[in-house]
Amino acid sequence: MKIQRLGTMASLALVGSIALTACGSDNNTGTNAEAGGNTASATANEDCFDGTLNVEGSSAQKNAIEEVAAKFGETCSGATINYNPSGSGAGIKQFIAGQVDFAGSDSALKTVEKDGKVEATEAATYCGSPAWNIPLVTGPIAVAYNVEGVDKLNLTPAVAGDIFSGKITTWNDPKIAAINSGTTLPATAIKVFFRSDESGTTENFTKYLKAAAPANWAGEPSKSWDGKGEGKAKSAGVAEGVKSTDGGITYVEWSYAKDNNLGVAAIDNGAGPVELNSETVGTAVATAEQTGTGNDLALKLDYATKEPGAYPINLVTYEIVCSKGEDAETQKNIKAFLKFFASEEAQKSIEEIGYAPLPPEVQTKVETAIEAIS
Amino acid sequence: MSSITGHSAIDELPTGDGRPPLEADQAGTGRLGDRIFGGLATGSGILVIALVTLVGVFLVWQAVPSLLNNDANFLTSREWVTAGENPRFGIVDLLWATIITSIIAMLIAVPLGVAVALFITQYAPGWLSKPAATLVDLLAAVPSIVYGLWGLQVAGEYFEPVARFTDTVLGWLPFFTYTGTPSAKSTLAFAGIILAIMILPIVTAISREVFAQVPTTHKEGALALGATKWEMIRTAVLPFGKPGIISAAMLGLGRALGETLAVTLLLSALNASESFNWSIFGGGETFASRIANDAGEFDSAQKTGAYIAAGLVLFILTFIVNAAARVVIERRKAFSE
Repeated sequence: MKIQRLGTMASLALVGSIALTACGSDNNTGTNAEAGGNTASATANEDCFDGTLNVEGSSAQKNAIEEVAAKFGETCSGATINYNPSGSGAGIKQFIAGQVDFAGSDSALKTVEKDGKVEATEAATYCGSPAWNIPLVTGPIAVAYNVEGVDKLNLTPAVAGDIFSGKITTWNDPKIAAINSGTTLPATAIKVFFRSDESGTTENFTKYLKAAAPANWAGEPSKSWDGKGEGKAKSAGVAEGVKSTDGGITYVEWSYAKDNNLGVAAIDNGAGPVELNSETVGTAVATAEQTGTGNDLALKLDYATKEPGAYPINLVTYEIVCSKGEDAETQKNIKAFLKFFASEEAQKSIEEIGYAPLPPEVQTKVETAIEAIS
Repeated sequence: MSSITGHSAIDELPTGDGRPPLEADQAGTGRLGDRIFGGLATGSGILVIALVTLVGVFLVWQAVPSLLNNDANFLTSREWVTAGENPRFGIVDLLWATIITSIIAMLIAVPLGVAVALFITQYAPGWLSKPAATLVDLLAAVPSIVYGLWGLQVAGEYFEPVARFTDTVLGWLPFFTYTGTPSAKSTLAFAGIILAIMILPIVTAISREVFAQVPTTHKEGALALGATKWEMIRTAVLPFGKPGIISAAMLGLGRALGETLAVTLLLSALNASESFNWSIFGGGETFASRIANDAGEFDSAQKTGAYIAAGLVLFILTFIVNAAARVVIERRKAFSE
């Protein structure tokens, strides 16, 4: 009896695991399918290719590139894009070593020497031609809050710096009231939430505070938080913390603020409060200074920008590619994928998951650059 | 006795006629099965021992280079900077949070678990004890993230008044001061309570099994001598079950020390400039929660090594606690036999 029952359980477990694996492999067939389905879709997208692109780099663009790769796979079933979100530095290292086809990075290739190496030069040596930084994903960081009765909040970098470094401790502080005339602020205590894990979001937000309000934010930009408050794990943790705490405030990727229905502060860098939306982010990216030359579209986002209507706290991530590669086939494939990445369809699809689409001016430049890859 | 394939002294008959001793188990039936089973059992035992040893070796291997690089005292520093050329990291905060949450969990779960086990085995009527036991066992099957989410989103808010009340009554003790930050559900105390619920089924199940083994003659003897039910439990059931209770507590403690997901969800980390305090109504991170939290950013061997060193401390801590428990159980045995 006992043994029989054991047998039944074992077979149940077996069937269960087979069913699960079946689900897993189902997903894969979408991207791994052979050329069979490809002939039909080839008419839909002439740039389809059969093959695999290996990409490594920033975790900030992981969701975006995976979303776009899935969309790309819908029309080009023979193409597989593998993205390994091991971090920007690791991605660039692998790219220079020739281990991956292109790299994703939070920052453009460095043109100044660091640890005795210049990234841009090294990449150019590997490629045999200049390597280009192509901005494709923009991720805004929201200053999200939850204060009962306050559904509109303006912040200047100085006040934000004071809040996040614990110098302002209540919501009705005169400094906050002064920039929010017309809003009744309660005497609730301010509860700052920060990311307890090391995070690129923390790094970018502290970069912003340091650049826009050096007098109010003493810390150096870093992946770990050195301001005040209580730490929560990952974006989901800080968003949940603010959601469940009256008086809570945090910095978090836009999508998390949206999903949790948190208030998002308008940021006033000096030219009036700017709300966070696709348009204001686009303005900031469009007015960013291009530091690369020609088709190298390395941008310098000015965190302290006083451009009217530009939301200043953004993260632009790049795809780093060889302008001319040795392997024509791979270059062609990269070109096809990036072309799709820059298309309106792909940019729209990543807007739904909390990134901002490229503004038209930048998109045109990006398309020109991608066209020039050979 | 030493063999596990079926030879034993019992099979050997003392014979005085000078012929060679009987080779036991020459009988054909069951010998192959015996051998297979014995082999499997030995193999499993060796496998587990080898695994634990290998885990230990791996931890030490990975941790040592980072520890040698560490500019701060690993055992006494509160800093946690693991990257860069001059890493400075220490485990004081982690150790404190890990130990205090586990102690709180044990203080709640062990008495409660033993009481539940006594109820099921001694007090509950027959029709109730089986379903009650099953229900408690079901608690063990709930994934830990569910406890975490439940604590965070449901139970947490009811802990706020408890924390405030404890602060007003016992706030003069540094252990019980509550400043209002972090919110009560993110404190070490609340994490300890959730851990207690998680280890309760382990403690209950093992204690129950042991209590059920108490010889009826012991119990009836006690009752016959005029003991009340409580006196019978105190003099017959509890002493008999003590080693079992200790084992149960140790298994539970092991889980509490190493629990990751629920704790990561609940606890609020301290910011870098916050000073150390003894309050159980403060934030913090345990070994397991910090490692889990940062695992996505292990980009250099130096950094990984620092976290593995923290993991090594947890490993050693668990080892020490278990060894201590063994000693206690052995001593008990010596007295009761």
